[in-house]
Amino acid sequence: MAFKGAIVVDIEKCKGCSVCVANCPTQTIALAKKVNSKGYPYCYMENPDNCTGCGNCATVCPDSVITVYRVKI
Amino acid sequence: MDIKDIIKPENFVYGKSKVLTDTVMHYCPGCSHGVVHKILAEVIEEMGIQDKTIGISPVGCAVFAYKYIDIDWQQAAHGRAPALATATKRLYPDKYVVAYQGDGDLASIGTAEIMHACNRGENIVVIFINNAIYGMTGGQMAPTTLLGMKTATTPYGRRADLNGYPLKITELIAQLEGTCYVTRQSVQNPGSVRKAKKAIRKAFENSALKKGTSFVEIVSTCNSNWKMTPVKANKWMEENMFPFYPLGDIKDR
Ligand SMILES: Cc1ncc(C[n+]2csc(CCOP(=O)(O)OP(=O)(O)O)c2C)c(N)n1
Ligand code: SF4
Ligand code: SF4
Ligand code: SF4
Ligand SMILES: [Mg+2]
Repeated sequence: MAFKGAIVVDIEKCKGCSVCVANCPTQTIALAKKVNSKGYPYCYMENPDNCTGCGNCATVCPDSVITVYRVKI
Repeated sequence: MDIKDIIKPENFVYGKSKVLTDTVMHYCPGCSHGVVHKILAEVIEEMGIQDKTIGISPVGCAVFAYKYIDIDWQQAAHGRAPALATATKRLYPDKYVVAYQGDGDLASIGTAEIMHACNRGENIVVIFINNAIYGMTGGQMAPTTLLGMKTATTPYGRRADLNGYPLKITELIAQLEGTCYVTRQSVQNPGSVRKAKKAIRKAFENSALKKGTSFVEIVSTCNSNWKMTPVKANKWMEENMFPFYPLGDIKDR
């Protein structure tokens, strides 16, 4: 069974720690070139087509700013 | 498939626990404390014990834990969380009481309190964040600091002849009759986060069964005082902390 996923990042609360990026198995996410109002580069889906909705990024995020969605395809 | 068609309530699989408040945590980016707060909140949510749990926050970076996890809290003097947890549990035997402590707090100034609370077998949960350093005060050596590890007070690395040996307090605690469950976990990747969460859940369940003290060490990072990026700190922890502080259950009865 295959899954297609997507995440939503609470950009203002992201601290740009990159722990999510290091734990994404599909290289979906990266830190943005832009920063939020606190000055942190925030996590975003650079390659949204890759996301399987596995939830790894959200599981390791220390600030609980990632919400994960997934559909069966 | 369009992202908009995926991001719909019916496709939700994972998000922030309802037991976490909306307050932005003061922790440095990538700090292990945040991950442990999250899984503690998730266990409380999943067990449906939000109004039955009392937390005891420490002195250390986690001093403000009460702002982030939406349960009742008390804040203890440095190292005294096990004493306050004892009193709280004895006054409210039907509540779940969890002491959350750092390694400076638990293994240094509070050694007496933790040893005796565990030896008495108080029906409490202890979560022990071992980042091998005094995080809050600027990175001084802790009893748990590894040999050779550079800190503000051991700028050339910890030396056994001068500073003594790193303390495996969790192994000592496992020796005490009063403890029923003593385990060492970590939270640097999805698998370890899930295991640590299971351990915390088990600790809370033991509390309800009145089995004695459950003690969950989380080998952690303090990337700011280790002077590494969060990702590098996680790797350094795996390579240097895990050989000395091996993960897994030390006691389970
Ligand atoms: C009685 C007393 N002594 C010393 C201090 C200073 N102090 C504050 S936090 C801390 C150490 C915290 O280290 P740890 O428990 O490892 O927590 P971390 O910040 O690393 O999570 C110390 C010594 C204090 N607040 N009170
Ligand atoms: S782990 Fe969380 S806080 Fe860190 S960069 Fe990713 S989304 Fe942001
Ligand atoms: S849900 Fe999985 S695949 Fe999607 S961004 Fe997060 S870690 Fe990567
Ligand atoms: S000083 Fe260390 S323990 Fe404290 S919040 Fe920063 S990274 Fe975490
Ligand atoms: Mg510490």
